[in-house]
Amino acid sequence: MKAATQKDIAEVQPIIEGYAREYGLDFFPVVFELIDYDTMSQLAAYGGFPVRYPHWRFGMEYDQLSKGYRYGLQKIYEMVINTNPCYAYLMQSNPLVDQKLVIAHVYAHCDFFKNNFYFSHTNRKMIDEMANHASRIRRYIDLYGLETVENFIDVCLSLENLIDYHAPYIKREADESLTGSSSEPRTIKKLKSKKYMERYINPPEFIESQLKEIQQQQEKQRAFPANPTRDVLLFLMENAPLENWQHDVLGIIREEAYYFAPQGMTKIMNEGWATYWHSTIMTQKLLKPSEVIDYAEHHSGTIASHPGRINPYRIGVMLFKDIEERWNKGKFGKEYEECSDFKEKRNWDKKLGLGREKIFEVRRFYNDVTFIDTFLTEEFCRDNKLFSFAYNDNSKRYEIESREFQQIKKRFLQSLTNMGQPIIEVVDANFQNRAELLLKHLFEETELDKNYSTETLRNLHSIWKRPVHIQTVMEGREVILTYDGDEIRQQWIGDN
Amino acid sequence: MLLHMDKDHNRFRQIIKGKIKENLRKYISNGEMIGRKGRDLISIPLPQIDLPRFRFGDNGRGGAGQGDGEPGTPLGGDDGEGGVGSAGNEPGHHLREVELTLEELAEILGEELALPNIEPRGKKEIVTEKDRYTGISRVGPESLRHFKRTFREALKRQIITGQFNFERPQIVPIREDFRYRSWKTTTLPQSNAVIIYMMDVSGSMWDEQKQIVRLETFWIDTWLHYQYKGLITRYIIHDAQAGEVDRDTFFSVRENGGTVISTAYELCHHIIEQDYPPDEWNIYAFHFSDGDNWSREDNRLCADILENQILPKVNMFGYGQVESTYGSGEFIDFLDENLSHHENLILSYIPDKESIYDSIKEFLGKGK
Repeated sequence: MKAATQKDIAEVQPIIEGYAREYGLDFFPVVFELIDYDTMSQLAAYGGFPVRYPHWRFGMEYDQLSKGYRYGLQKIYEMVINTNPCYAYLMQSNPLVDQKLVIAHVYAHCDFFKNNFYFSHTNRKMIDEMANHASRIRRYIDLYGLETVENFIDVCLSLENLIDYHAPYIKREADESLTGSSSEPRTIKKLKSKKYMERYINPPEFIESQLKEIQQQQEKQRAFPANPTRDVLLFLMENAPLENWQHDVLGIIREEAYYFAPQGMTKIMNEGWATYWHSTIMTQKLLKPSEVIDYAEHHSGTIASHPGRINPYRIGVMLFKDIEERWNKGKFGKEYEECSDFKEKRNWDKKLGLGREKIFEVRRFYNDVTFIDTFLTEEFCRDNKLFSFAYNDNSKRYEIESREFQQIKKRFLQSLTNMGQPIIEVVDANFQNRAELLLKHLFEETELDKNYSTETLRNLHSIWKRPVHIQTVMEGREVILTYDGDEIRQQWIGDN
Repeated sequence: MLLHMDKDHNRFRQIIKGKIKENLRKYISNGEMIGRKGRDLISIPLPQIDLPRFRFGDNGRGGAGQGDGEPGTPLGGDDGEGGVGSAGNEPGHHLREVELTLEELAEILGEELALPNIEPRGKKEIVTEKDRYTGISRVGPESLRHFKRTFREALKRQIITGQFNFERPQIVPIREDFRYRSWKTTTLPQSNAVIIYMMDVSGSMWDEQKQIVRLETFWIDTWLHYQYKGLITRYIIHDAQAGEVDRDTFFSVRENGGTVISTAYELCHHIIEQDYPPDEWNIYAFHFSDGDNWSREDNRLCADILENQILPKVNMFGYGQVESTYGSGEFIDFLDENLSHHENLILSYIPDKESIYDSIKEFLGKGK
């Protein structure tokens, strides 16, 4: 089929934009560019940004993407960047029907970027910021040499996931300068009493326990950090013995990690939303009869289910459609939940027509974790043949574990929580009173990969410069892994 | 748009090749060179540097999936990437493994190892027939039904007959709309080629060594199959005596006993004499052993057979020596001393799986 020209795109773009607005999508201005596959692979490798700092891993991404395309294994249809204005890159070789679908898809992504709460803090001028990062790092390379700077970036990337994904949205601890809790020493609170009544009104045990509490409080204040912190990168920036340029590079890596985080946190929703809208706009407004078959082929490719895997496009769009239907028919709330008649539930229809409104609300306030937690239903799991899987230690492979709704939901959430990364905190920067760094893995159910952990400890040590530890669970027992600059040690907790 | 990918890409390639940044070498994933081989597809891992991070291991890990299967059914793919948890920041699809047909695989192999194409030396070209799907017909087996054409025909018919409703575009093909792929038979010139594999299966060849031989012959096979359509393979195993076997036996058999290499070379020569006149055939012979031959006399006998009988007839004779369990393999040195002036004799030492890559390059890098 003939590839669409710049002119074709220019003709259909305002029409699609019009339809998108009619449906209530709300987006930044979108700049479309047609590019060839090699440029597309390069851009995709750079995370969508034309100017990034020099680093081999972009070369690695490019290597994989361009080979994937050349060997005919995969194709990137489009790329949208979360900026204002929003940049969207379209693959030059695609025929017009594909481009129409993709343009509709892009407008929905852009609407999601603009309106979803989890993107609200992101820098919409990120193209400039990335370019700025690049020129700073280039300057350091001129000053200190490529290898030195690149090696340090490697170390930072190895710790890149140790940020607090929720920090931009909440305040974890009270600002101490406001409450003044640190300056004012707490005293024992006593009730007024006559001397002969003292023992009864303020019994010694009570005084004792108060005293203990105060001591604990003071100890905690001496502890550093006072409260465990998940933003390990920030903690290192503030407290590790770094040179100025290293401090800046670590800051750059951290900032970029926070910028990309919301895309990982909303993958299912974002793709689901875009797929919902391209299919709605295409089938209701845009499609010419001659394009039906090609459209159907492309669309079914997008939402194809790969045996055993979750396709975020598919699960996302199915859930949005499910929510729309449930809110149209009133299949929610106490009355519906408590109805025990299967048949009545199936045919439930209160004709509320709230579906559209509801999905717009969902796209504003939810991320993948809360989306699945709130809207995944037993019926949905059954209709879509969802299952949970787990690693079987005996057969050493991943196997289907269950088709029980609660178990599926639990595993699903488990794989999404903290973007599928272990939750790790700095608990003590003066461990054993020797300025050693202790991290703690908040163990839930899944153990850390030991080889990766020890290698990461080495990298952490190269920044902290003193022995580093991580407390976690291995083979079902609590353990502290240590790297002291010399060797890796492990100590089981409770063994002495 | 001006991007500067060249530098980053070169740097990555150099790290992979081990030229710079030795410290990252341990994070390069080589993987097994043959992944799973379902139907005609094969998966090969792309080179990748995996920077360490705190991340989950397998113990206690799980996720949600979609599809058929009972509890206990293993998931496709043996890594844990089935869940959504692996969704990263990257736009597009992040791929680590690619699935390829053998032909594509050979192409990539040639590209990656910079293998030259082989100039066939067959003087006589034999013509073969080959079917190619080039056209469309109205009849055919259901398995060859052309989905898109069928629907297009149905659409045409519905529009012509006025049955098509633009408001509700439903297309229902009927018998007359069905279209099928059809083929034409074309003739292809073909040059004949045969590979004769010989393997030492004496007691000193352990499973690990055989695994290396298996991998290496797989790659040689793939490449030569790509170069010659209609390639024939023959298999010889030997300990103190040699015999011809089928492919499965070749890779699975475990013998005991001593090693008399000359028996295999004699049999190899016999097979060539009998079936493959060298002026009509491109002949390749490969022999794998741990180099622990029975005696020096036999070494000399081998050299004699090679020099006078086999080497004049074959395009190439490749000898690959794996690590000897007893650490005493000397056959490769013997050949090197006595026969290295023959250009079509190629010797390669393969101590471990990692060296297979280099070994293939040694064997096939000359384009013979």
